[in-house]
Formats: sequence, C-alpha cells, structure tokens
Amino acid sequence: MTALAAVRTSAAANNGELLKPSWAEVVKIQPEAEGIATYWLRFQDSNLSKSYRFLPGQFNMLYVPGYGEAAISISSDPEQRDVVGHTVRFVGNVTRAINRLKIGDVVGVRGPFGTHWPVEKLEGKDLIIAVGGIGIPPLRPAIYHILRNRSKFGKINLLYGARTPSDLLFTSELEEWRKSDIDIQITVDRADSNWQGQVGVVSMLFYRFRLDQTRTAVLTCGPEIMIRFVVFEALARRVPTNQIYVSMERNMKCGQGSCGHCQIGPYFVCKDGPVFPFSAVEPYFNVEDF
Amino acid sequence: MAEFPIDVGSVVALPKPRLDDLLAKLREKGYQTIGPRVGDGTVQYQPIRGASEMPQGYTSEEEAGKYRLVSSGNSRYFDYTPGAQSWKQIFFPPRITLFDLGQNGGWKPVGSPEPSPRYALVGVRPCEIAAIKIQDLAFLRTDFVDPVYQERRKNAFILAVNCLRPGGTCFCASMGTGPQLSSGYDLGLTEMDDVFLVDVGSAAGKDILLGLPVGKPDAAVLGKAKQAVDAAKTKMGRQLDISDLPDVLLKNLEHPEWEAVSKRCMSCTSCTLVCPTCFCWDTQDHNSLNGTETERERVWDSCFNPGYSYQAGGNTRPNVRSRYRQWLTHKLGTWKQQYGVLGCVGCGRCITWCPVKIDITEEIPALRKETRS
Repeated sequence: MTALAAVRTSAAANNGELLKPSWAEVVKIQPEAEGIATYWLRFQDSNLSKSYRFLPGQFNMLYVPGYGEAAISISSDPEQRDVVGHTVRFVGNVTRAINRLKIGDVVGVRGPFGTHWPVEKLEGKDLIIAVGGIGIPPLRPAIYHILRNRSKFGKINLLYGARTPSDLLFTSELEEWRKSDIDIQITVDRADSNWQGQVGVVSMLFYRFRLDQTRTAVLTCGPEIMIRFVVFEALARRVPTNQIYVSMERNMKCGQGSCGHCQIGPYFVCKDGPVFPFSAVEPYFNVEDF
Repeated sequence: MAEFPIDVGSVVALPKPRLDDLLAKLREKGYQTIGPRVGDGTVQYQPIRGASEMPQGYTSEEEAGKYRLVSSGNSRYFDYTPGAQSWKQIFFPPRITLFDLGQNGGWKPVGSPEPSPRYALVGVRPCEIAAIKIQDLAFLRTDFVDPVYQERRKNAFILAVNCLRPGGTCFCASMGTGPQLSSGYDLGLTEMDDVFLVDVGSAAGKDILLGLPVGKPDAAVLGKAKQAVDAAKTKMGRQLDISDLPDVLLKNLEHPEWEAVSKRCMSCTSCTLVCPTCFCWDTQDHNSLNGTETERERVWDSCFNPGYSYQAGGNTRPNVRSRYRQWLTHKLGTWKQQYGVLGCVGCGRCITWCPVKIDITEEIPALRKETRS
C-alpha cells in the first residue's frame, strides 16, 4: 500500500545549502496551556513571506541558533498569509529555548515538509477527527479548511482528549467550530472540580455516536497509544484502512528523508509522512519497538 | 614508449614502476590523491603523494572480529582487501561544518565555506564502487540533493582496482558487486607481476593516461589477468544467499533470533561506521562561551545509538534487539523499497570489525530457520 505524496509548496524547504534556514521574526506569542504556546512567525524576506504556502498537516523545522532544530507542525490557517503559526510544547532542549524567545526575536525556519491531510480527496465524506494532547495543532489547519468549505463535507465529529481540563488547547475556538456544525466531544484523563464533561480515553468517544462506514474517513493525531485505539475503534466499525489517516511522530532531523532517523519500515516519516493512510503503515504498526 | 591510441574501453599496460607517474599526473591535474597507506596496523585511505607510501608487500587477513596486516611475500600494492575505512569518509565526511553564525544584529553567517578539493580515489574496489553508487541513490535523489556530497562526488576521479585476492570476510560475489570491475570508474587497474593493466573507463581517465608511458598489453598477460580475476570469484571467504531477501527479513520481525543476537550485540555502532553504505547523520551545535557564535556540524550517526530514535514521546527503539533489527531489516530489507537495491555490497567490514564477531552471513540463515510464511 502506498504512502501519500509529499508536496513542496515553498522555497523555504531548499536553500541549496544543507540545513540552511530562512529567518523569521516572532510577531506574536499566544499562551495556550501550561507549557504550550503558539508562536506566530513572519519571514524577514518579504518575498518569501508572500510566497510561503503550506498544506494542512505539514511541518516546519524551527532552528534556535546554538540549540538546534525541532520539527514543529504548523497550526495556523493555510489561507492566512503573512504569518505562520506553530504550537509548541516545551519539552526538549530546543523547544525550551523557543519558550525563552520574546516578540521580535528571530528563529530559523526550514519547510514546509511532508505529506498533508488529503482534505481535497475527502470532500463529500463524513469526517472523524480524533486528536489527543499536542495532536490537535496539526489538525487545526485542516479544520480551518473544512470550516471554509463546510458545505462540501458531510458530518464532522471532532473527538478531542487531554490529560486535564487545563491542558485543553484552543478552547476559545471550539465554540466557534460548534456553531459551524462540527460535533465536538471532549474527554479528559483526570477531571478537576469544575469539570462536567467526559472522563476517559479518546477512543471511548466512538461509542457516543454512529458512523456510516461507507462514507466516513478518520483523521487522527496524538500519542501513538491513542492512535492505536482510535484505529482499533474505526476498524471495528468497518471503516476501510485506506480511509483512516494517521500522523506519525518520529525523531525528525532533516525533513528531507536523508538523515535516516525517522524511518518506519520503508518510510521516512518526514518525507513519506507524517500523514499516512493507515494501510501504508499497518504492517509495521503493531510490531513492538519497530 | 611509442605513441599508442587510447580510447574509452581500451586496455593498456603501465609498467609497474610508473604507477608514480600516474599519481603525479593526477596531482598535476589538480586532484588530491587519497589512497591506501598503513596506519595503526591497518590499511587506511589517507592522502598519499606517491606509490612509496602505499602498502606494497602487505596482505590483510580478515575473520569475524579479526584484522591483521601481514607480509604478502611479494611486491604487489593491492594484495590487501578492502581497507579498514571505506570511501564514504571522502564524499560523506564523518564531521563537517555546515555553517558558522555570529550574533551581530541578528544571526549572520561568519566566513564562507571553503570549496572542497577535487579528490582522486586510488585503489577503489568493485564492491566499493557499488557502495558509492548506493550512496549516490541516497544523497543525489531527484527530490533532494545533498550539496555537501554532490560537491565532493561530482569532481572525483576514481582509480579502481580489480580484486585478485578476496579476504576472509568478503562475499561480493554473492551480492553481485565484485570481484571484477564493471562500471563506475575512470581507470581500472588489474595488478600483474610487472605491469598494471589499465582499463580506460571514462574520458577523464583517458586524459590522465595521455603522455604516460603506456603500451599495448601482452596477450599472455591479458590471459593471465582474466584467469586471476575469474579465480578470485571462487576465493570468497563468505557467502550469502540473497534469493529470498528482503522478504525473509520483513516476514520475521518477531523472530527469536533478534533476541538471541541482541544478547551478543553491544550496540557499539562499529558496523555502521565501517559500512560503506550506511548514510545516517546527525547535527551538533558548538557554541562560543559567551553564546554569540555557533557552529552547526553534520556528523555520522548510527541506528545503534540510543539517541537515534529518541523523541518527545519516548524512545522508539529502546533496546538492542530493536536497534539491531532496524539495522539489518533496513540494510537487507527496506533499503530495496527505498532505493531499488539492497544496502549491502558484501565488503565484509561489519563482520571484520564487530568486536563480538556477529556475522551478517550467519544472521540471515538464522532468520530463515523456523521461517513463518
């Protein structure tokens, strides 16, 4: 089963020199939750700023000089020109350095890289978007696209899980999305005293609605264990394996299928992914430590 | 010697003492000559200025976990089998600066990268040419070209040599990469007692020969050379049946042999460093103490390093079993899906330089036992 095709949409991916970044200024920092914020970047080169395009689900390599690069998925609207949003969880050396950036500071950017959520192929379908934790930012560009083209899609279910209510991201936008006829189900692993919603794992949310397997596609991103159970529930409801799209996480360093780190079986996740039809990765998905 | 018509595809004879003239001609044409020389008790590929620096009179003995240079009892230059290092260090240097940045009203480039020299590789074996072609597929793709590799590779001159004395861990005949040269070289040598037969492989090779004291080869010598090359095929120290690759690996991802080999493997990365096709790399950042300058380096990495598969969500391959499995299933399995060829050329270095004698030609048969289809 074949993977999706990576699309090169911008010149920032290839500067002729290995790993040479384009420079971008931090123009806005939006705190999202404890340890997570969205960084809005504007390329210093105004031509690049105008020409830069990405597709929902693609990622950039962000470079903090002296610290190195980290692969960060793009979380902003693909139609929004001028600035590009990256939602970052501060968890490693590079992302903690990003946490110390201030408005006006400059970071290196390479990208966009990888495959995208095939939204253009999914028109006419019912969509289940199942995301957990920091897995929602890579889906937000797809959600923006769907909202803009809402009449072209059938039922949309967003299944969203976080560890605790305070870890939920983009909460102010969720109401807007609901108004555009997106059914949103939210669950948390641990409730707090104010929480009146679901408690449990994302995959359990499949039991709260019915789907028509002949017209449903699933888009999922989150911890690998969550993806595993989302896929299980989708398959149990006879959604075809090639209508389940998963975004995989691997150690990505170059973004160009060259450095080798992100391999899963024959695929380089940075180039042949991160978005795969589940049918492509199925042979390797259940092999422990592969 | 009289003028002699030389063309691509022709074979000429170069008197042995004139090897130096050939090397001098390469340097005169602006090449930095890199060739075999003895260092640390091994044959290494280092800058050489003349034939006197080459390992004349040496042969190498290779077995699993063993490499010895010994006297060959003759005066040949190329009686050792592949050097301890591979040529990948030339096109894909183990450590190279990508750029330096300084903080000067924003991060700005400091200095400019020096252009890489033009290299002439002296004594490249058929399996090593096959390995270079395999790395070309990884670094010179249609959708991505590695500029560091391309710059070094495109200008290089390859002075190749047929293998007449395969080593104890060699299995190039099984992999279809040797011991006889087929393509991919500028000049191809066959070393006989008194002469080198020189096969002209390219226009650049022909250029180098112009003006050198080459002559028409003696028919008897040509016959002896053919015999010697043919005989080499039968002298391989190892064999590997590749008929069911890559399937035998991909169908056995849970085979007990992975656990068994992980009890011996030390995850030391030695096999990946000596492997002429392993291409994985990492980056390192080196900073000045006051943080105003930084250097970004590209370095070799290995799938045996714990950090190789480390990410925010944890380590994808947290144990030796999974790392060895990644190496072998990539090398002789998924490589084929990625590049259309297997990632092994049969040079035997991973066997020779494994400190605990893990042998790729034994691991594949072990995986065939109890094969589940």
